[in-house]
Amino acid sequence: MNPKTTALRVGLRRGAIELRSTFTNAQDLWSYFFPTLVLLVAVFFMRGATVPGTDFSLGARTLPSALGMGLLFLGLLGLAQHLVVDREDGTLLRAKAIPNGMLGYLVGKLVLVSSVAMIGLIIQLAPGVFFLDGLRLGDASAWLTLAWLVPLGLAATLPLGAMIGSLIENPRNTGLVVLPMMGLIGVSGIFYPIDGLPGWLQGTAQVFPLYWLGLGMRSALLPADLAAVEIGASWRHLEMVAVLGAWAVLGFVLAPVLLRRMARRESGSRVAARREQAMQRVG
Amino acid sequence: MTTVERPEAVAAPRNPDDQLVLDVRDLRMRYGTVDVLNGIDLTAQRGEVIALLGPNGAGKTTTIEILEGFRLPSAGSVRVLGVDPAHGDERWRAQIGVVLQSWRDHGRWRVRDLLSHLGDYYTPYATDQIQRPWPVDDLLAAVGLTAHANARVSRLSGGQRRRLDVAVGIVGRPELLFLDEPTVGLDPAARREFHELVHRLADLDHTTILLTTHDLAEAEKLADLIVILANGRIIAQGSPDQLSRRLTTDAEIRWTCDGQRHVHATMDATGFLRDLLREHGDRVQELEVRRANLEDAYLALVHEEETGIRTGWAERVWQQQEETR
Repeated sequence: MNPKTTALRVGLRRGAIELRSTFTNAQDLWSYFFPTLVLLVAVFFMRGATVPGTDFSLGARTLPSALGMGLLFLGLLGLAQHLVVDREDGTLLRAKAIPNGMLGYLVGKLVLVSSVAMIGLIIQLAPGVFFLDGLRLGDASAWLTLAWLVPLGLAATLPLGAMIGSLIENPRNTGLVVLPMMGLIGVSGIFYPIDGLPGWLQGTAQVFPLYWLGLGMRSALLPADLAAVEIGASWRHLEMVAVLGAWAVLGFVLAPVLLRRMARRESGSRVAARREQAMQRVG
Repeated sequence: MTTVERPEAVAAPRNPDDQLVLDVRDLRMRYGTVDVLNGIDLTAQRGEVIALLGPNGAGKTTTIEILEGFRLPSAGSVRVLGVDPAHGDERWRAQIGVVLQSWRDHGRWRVRDLLSHLGDYYTPYATDQIQRPWPVDDLLAAVGLTAHANARVSRLSGGQRRRLDVAVGIVGRPELLFLDEPTVGLDPAARREFHELVHRLADLDHTTILLTTHDLAEAEKLADLIVILANGRIIAQGSPDQLSRRLTTDAEIRWTCDGQRHVHATMDATGFLRDLLREHGDRVQELEVRRANLEDAYLALVHEEETGIRTGWAERVWQQQEETR
C-alpha cells in the first residue's frame, strides 16, 4: 500500500487510541466536565435575568454562546497545548524519526482534538436539557445547522491552534495565548449581548471567529425570533460562513508552513535542552 | 549492500560496488563563530559497530544528529545509505533506526500498543529480504519486555524504559541504527543486557550501528571501530586492539634509590633503564615500568577537556600514534 495512505490510516488509529486513553483518565475527564460545572453555576445565577428587550431567559441564551467558546477552548487551545507538550516530552521527535510519522501524528492529533471538542459540546449541552427552557433541541433544523457549523468552526480554529502550538516553545508560555482570549471572550457576546459596547469594539470582535461561533450556536439552538436582538437583527449566516471560511483558508495556508518549520527544527539536543529547563523548574 | 537493490529509492547516483553505509568527508559545523566540528571523516561498512567516544562537548551528538538528518551541517559531504541526510525521503528514513533519549513521551500508552502502532508505519517498506516491521512479540522478547507488554509506559523502570527506546529504534528493522549515549542511567545488569542486544543486532541481522558514549570500557566492549573525538576533531581511531597497541610509546618508570622514590616518563624505556642501571647498579630497587594504557590516555584527555587545563599531554600521545601508524 502507498506509504502516505498507510500513515493516514495509522494516524486515524492513533487518534482512536489516544481518545480512548483520554476518556479513561481521571484528570482529563475532570477538565472536560469542569466547564459544564462552571456553566451550570453561571446559568444558575442568571436564572432571574432575561435577554434585554425580550422575556427570554438570559441563561438559555448563554448556554449556546458558551458552546461556541467551548469549541475554541477544546479545539484551538487543546491542539496548541498538545503540540507544545508533545514537543517538550519528545513525542514529536519520535514521530519525526519514523517514516511519515509526522503525517500520522498530525492526523491522530486532529482526530483526537476534534472528537474531544465535539464530545465536549455534548457534555456541556446535556445539563441544558434539564435546566433550561427554550432550546430547540428537538428540532431537526437545529442539528442541521450544527452539522455544518461545528466542522466549519473546527476548520477555522484548529489551524490557528496548530500555528500557536508550533510557535510556543515553552509550556509555561501558553498563558500568553489564554490571556488575550479571555479579553476576546469579554467582547464577543458570549455571556451578554454586545450591542451596548462601542462600535469599534464590536467591529474588532467580529473580525475573530469566536463571535461567529457563539452567534452560530445561538442560531442553531435558540428560537428564530431571538435573531431580532442580534446585530443586524439577523443570524447573518452568510457573513458567518465568509468570516469563518476566511480564517480556515488563512489557517490552511499558514499552518503547514509553521508546522514544517517546527518539525524541521526538532532534534534530540533540543528535546534534551527543554528537559533540562523543565527539570530546573521542578527541582 | 541492500540500498543498492532499490534503484527507485532516491536521487543521488550510486556506485553498485559501494559497500559504505556511512561515508562522511570533511564534515564541519559552526554555530555563530564557534566551530563544533572541524572536519570529520568517517566511513562504515555494513554490519560494523562504530563507537564515537569523547568527553561532553566533543561533538558526538552534533555528528550523530547530522547523520540522522535532524541537523544541517555547515560544510562537508555526508552520505548515509548513499543519500544526503538533508534530503533523505521517507523511504530512506524507513531504513534508519534512531534510539532517542527518552523522557515522558507516550507515557499513557501500553508497551505493546505503542510498538505495534509505531511498527505499522514501516509496513509499506518491507522488501523481499527484510520483513518490516519486526513482529511485536519477537521484538518484545528480543529486548526483554515480554513480561511488561501490557504495562503503561509511564510505569516502566528506567532500564525497562531504555529497552523500550531501543525497541522503538529497531521496530522497523533498520539497516543502520543510531544510538546516542544508550546506556546512560542503566544499572550494570541492564547495561550488560543492552550490550548483548547490540552484539545480536550486529551479528545476526548485520545491522550497522553507530553509537556515542563517553565510557571507554563500553566502546571497547561493543565496537569494531572506536573513533575518539575531542574539540570537534577525530584525534584517534582504530579497533580497540589497534588503539591500545599504538599506545606503547610512552612509559612511566618508577624506582627507589637509596631509599628515595623516583618517577620518570620516557618514550625510550629500554635506553633509560640501561643508563640507569649502569650508573646506579644494585642501588636501584623496586623497579617498575608501566606503559600508558588506553584508559590512561583517554582519561587524561577527558580531564583536560573538563578542567579546561590543557597540558597537551593527552593530545601529544594520540598524535604520536597517528604518526607511528
